Amino acid sequence: MEKGKGVMVGRRWAVDFTDNSTTPSSRDIPDPPGFTRASHDQDDSTLSRQKKGAEANWKVQKAWEVAQAPFKNLLMMGFMMWMAGSTVHLFSIGITFSALWQPISALQGVGKVFEPYKDSKVDLLGPKLLFIALNLGGLALGVWKLNTLGLLPTHASDWVSSLSPAQEVEYSGGGIPLH
Amino acid sequence: MAMAIRVFLLLLFLSYSNLAFSLYEDQVGLMDWHQQYIGKVKHAVFHTQKAGRKRVVVSTEENVVASLDLRRGEIFWRHVLGTNDAIDEIDIALGKYVITLSSEGSSLRAWNLPDGQMVWESFLPGSNPSKSLLSVPTNLKVDKDSLILIYSNGCLHAVSSIDGEILWRKDLATEGIEVQQLIHPLGSDVIYAVGFVGLSQFDVYQFNAKNGELLKYNSAVFPTGFSREISLVSTDTLVALDASRSILVSISFRDGDIGFHQTHVSDLVQDSSVMAVILPFKLTGMFALKTNSIMVFIKVTDEGKLEVLDKIDHVKTVSDALPFSEGQQAFALVQQGGSKIHLTVKLGHDWSSDLLKESIEMDSQRGLAHKVFINNYIRTDRSHGFRALIVMEDHSLLLIQQGEIVWNREDGLASVLDVTTSELPVEKDGVSVAKVEHNLFEWLKGHMLKLKGTLMLASPDDVAAIQRIRLKSSEKSKMTRDHNGFRKLLIVLTKAGKVFALHTGDGRVVWSLLLHSLRKSEACEYPTGLYVYQWQVPHHHAMDENPSVLVVGRCGLSPNSPGVLSIVDTYTGKELNSLGPVHSIVQVIPLPFTDSTEQRLHLLIDADWHAHLYPRTPEAIGIFQHEFANIYCYSVKADKGIIKGHVLGKNCFLEVADEYCFETKDLWSIVFPESEKIIATVTRKLNEVVHTQAKVIADQEVMYKYISKNLLFVATVTPKAIGAIGFVTPEESWLVVYLIDTVTGRILYRMTHHGSQGPVHAVFSENWVVYHYFNLRAHRYELSVIEIYDQSRADNKDVWKLILGNHNLTSPISSYSRPEVITKSQSYFFTHSVKAIAVTSTAKGITSQQLLIGTIGDQVLALDKRFLDPRRSINPTQAEREEGIIPLTDSLPIIPQSYVTHGLRVEGLRGIVTIPAKLESTTLVFTYGVDLFFTRLAPSRTYDSLTEDFSYALLLITIVALIVAIFVTWVLSERKELQDKWR
Repeated sequence: MEKGKGVMVGRRWAVDFTDNSTTPSSRDIPDPPGFTRASHDQDDSTLSRQKKGAEANWKVQKAWEVAQAPFKNLLMMGFMMWMAGSTVHLFSIGITFSALWQPISALQGVGKVFEPYKDSKVDLLGPKLLFIALNLGGLALGVWKLNTLGLLPTHASDWVSSLSPAQEVEYSGGGIPLH
Repeated sequence: MAMAIRVFLLLLFLSYSNLAFSLYEDQVGLMDWHQQYIGKVKHAVFHTQKAGRKRVVVSTEENVVASLDLRRGEIFWRHVLGTNDAIDEIDIALGKYVITLSSEGSSLRAWNLPDGQMVWESFLPGSNPSKSLLSVPTNLKVDKDSLILIYSNGCLHAVSSIDGEILWRKDLATEGIEVQQLIHPLGSDVIYAVGFVGLSQFDVYQFNAKNGELLKYNSAVFPTGFSREISLVSTDTLVALDASRSILVSISFRDGDIGFHQTHVSDLVQDSSVMAVILPFKLTGMFALKTNSIMVFIKVTDEGKLEVLDKIDHVKTVSDALPFSEGQQAFALVQQGGSKIHLTVKLGHDWSSDLLKESIEMDSQRGLAHKVFINNYIRTDRSHGFRALIVMEDHSLLLIQQGEIVWNREDGLASVLDVTTSELPVEKDGVSVAKVEHNLFEWLKGHMLKLKGTLMLASPDDVAAIQRIRLKSSEKSKMTRDHNGFRKLLIVLTKAGKVFALHTGDGRVVWSLLLHSLRKSEACEYPTGLYVYQWQVPHHHAMDENPSVLVVGRCGLSPNSPGVLSIVDTYTGKELNSLGPVHSIVQVIPLPFTDSTEQRLHLLIDADWHAHLYPRTPEAIGIFQHEFANIYCYSVKADKGIIKGHVLGKNCFLEVADEYCFETKDLWSIVFPESEKIIATVTRKLNEVVHTQAKVIADQEVMYKYISKNLLFVATVTPKAIGAIGFVTPEESWLVVYLIDTVTGRILYRMTHHGSQGPVHAVFSENWVVYHYFNLRAHRYELSVIEIYDQSRADNKDVWKLILGNHNLTSPISSYSRPEVITKSQSYFFTHSVKAIAVTSTAKGITSQQLLIGTIGDQVLALDKRFLDPRRSINPTQAEREEGIIPLTDSLPIIPQSYVTHGLRVEGLRGIVTIPAKLESTTLVFTYGVDLFFTRLAPSRTYDSLTEDFSYALLLITIVALIVAIFVTWVLSERKELQDKWR
């Protein structure tokens, strides 16, 4: 995900070499001599269709790959969390917070991650949903970890631990007579 | 929130992995102070024969024998004997031993004069209690050994002064004689023991001093009988008063013939209606008779005739005769008038001339002179000079020499009865700029020195300077309130009826006040101070008022005697109001209500169980009537074994209508069986603050503490086990402890410790009690803990209900709802026997608590409450360990570093008082006994402030260095980037 984003940002300009136009009149520059668009056209169109199909396929494939990428992360995170143990210390807190932060930042950038694979022919809904689901899974894992560390107010103790003692109605004093 | 706090605390805990609560050597005296006292002086013996050793040996009412420096009044050495080892007599033998006779004449000890080490100790047996007399004759030698003669418990003993061996012993109890005086005529081997048999028979025994052989016995009967006091006027004459105190009898017993010579007191003194008293005054040929206004000095002629030498007014006290140069005798008398004290030293044989007459200005807060001791010295011009040691009414000790008070000791502070605290005034605005600048410079200098110290660059001189700055910080002894609440006034009531205000910073006396109501007067014969309470603590809406304390006392020793009350302003030390003698006072109950001027309402219970409301204002009555139905009281009758609960009723039915007096009705009573005697009761402190009612245990479970101010802990033992340890077998002794609700009389908990006995020392705080007793089976002391939890709240577990506030945890509770409770308890062995137990208290009650145990060695040991947790087990689970539960051990550890008193001892320790500071982590601890000790404790370290020796300069320098480094690297990186771009 990170890499994809980097490429997107690094691109300043682009030349599109694919030519989809069929009518020469639409073009400002006449065709070179000896070039017959019509004769070539059939071949070319099948070829380009094939090419396009392959590209779309490739994009879909890539999109799914990208969508599945958080899964590896998830496993990695799980392993790290297991290693960190359930006591609160610097390491476990760091891991837990990174486990929470990564899915959140990924979810924020979900559109950008799939931008390279954006295509009218390509249906990105599936990969996107998978990506979101996996990241949500990661988030859930982080929250669960947070809870196992005892850092979520899910217990009664978290709500009453600073409750001041109840007032007493009666007051009584006395004791052994002063000597 | 709680999570965050917990995380924070844990991080903190990690950062302080080395959890030692001790302090470093150079931190001693930074926040603690220790003051040594001796108590009211009973006897003083001077020792100035050898030059350069100007000392006086004194014995006091606090059972202290001490050697004081005559130049400054400092203690050279001091021994505090046990509480039931009162010193009867002291003297010096052989010129190098201090001899003390104590425990009603049954133990005789010799202490080395220069350093106070005990040389020998003898136990003098005897069965009949009697007067104790100690006599160290100067020239009585038996085989190079000087004899010491002691009459005690009906026996006459002669003891060797070298090793304390009893050389001979005569039992005189069988003869029925009460010996009044032991006489050793100079240069002879005969000892006379004179005394009375019954009321009217006078006996003289003569003994051979070398072997105790009875040489002669004479007796004579004086028909009208004697009163007991006598005065010896020569080695064979003494003067006594008859039973009606109207006839003076001079008794001569020369060569065994006893002759009486009677003189009517009225012949000598005009107003014969008054009771005359013979003063114990050892001067040859003279005695002193004291009536209540004048003192008469009477000369006894050889024929036994009495001649009045002089009558002197306003004499407060007379010293013993002091022999000096060639058989001359001198004595001192002290007169007091106005604010001056007049000291006169007279020669024994020449009445007309005064050796010395001095007038000294005396602080009126010291009261009257009670005792005077004189001593002579030779001036540079070879004339005789005199110095006098005067004991005043407030128990202070002064040395007077050449018309000046050379030094004084506030020894009243050795007998503290009760302690309370008061805040200091708030700092006023308008500090001058110059002062600030000076302070700033000093501040910087101090911090630079500290920095040098931290970086180990300091020279020894610098180290000394640092230490001096730290110890003499003017900050801690300022007379204004500080931000952390460390500076306070300790208001201390002493046995002499004097109230002292001590500054917590350095322990100095800010003011002192000898209370008029607690001074001996005709209306009040035996005044005793009892307790001191906070009367007015202005904080919110009465800021301009000064705080004040209520001193409660009593005229007389019985509970029925009338009480005296006085209210003292704690800023000025002036008595604002004094009441009394009023009704008797057996109980004082501070109520949890204050009026509009922040005066606390108090209920004073008299001997008839009428409750009197103070302050006596209509407003107080209004507040009181409003809460009337909810105020209860209880009485513990330890002798009868009954605890009774009372409720207030209508106004008292007295001759004079009194709307501030209320009757009480019995509500409930607990009658303990015959086999149980109440030996200790303890309740929670009224001003204790508890942070939370919930206790979070492992696995995020909650237990609700049963926090009630109306709980009473009672300990009873079998009647046989009342005495000391060792007089009862484990089978016939058991200890029963109770937790009783004092509103309803409900017994919440009862537990029996078989084979255990008292004394029981206990402390009650929050929802737990810790008590100390002796286990006869294990032959060890034990500490037990009881924790009490409210089971009726335990089902408050639904998180959603708690989030929405849909619970009844904060609604007021009544004892009549009879909440179901569960208790947990555990016992541990404890090495020390204990004199007092207290617990640290903090401002908000968040900081974990420590028990403060006053040990038998007069030190204070801080023990974490975590060690006394009934949930300790041998193998705590991981979760329990995380919670901080310590694996169970059979005995409690005593960590030498956790002695609060570090190297010091608070001799004769009697009480420990803890006062919360404003800073939550810190508590102030005041320990009193014969000595006073004050320190500051942080049971969980000072997590909410930087330590005192934190180097601000180092922090500042680090920050500056970092900023410089940032700028330098920024410039460098800019330059490098530019170069890169040109490449």
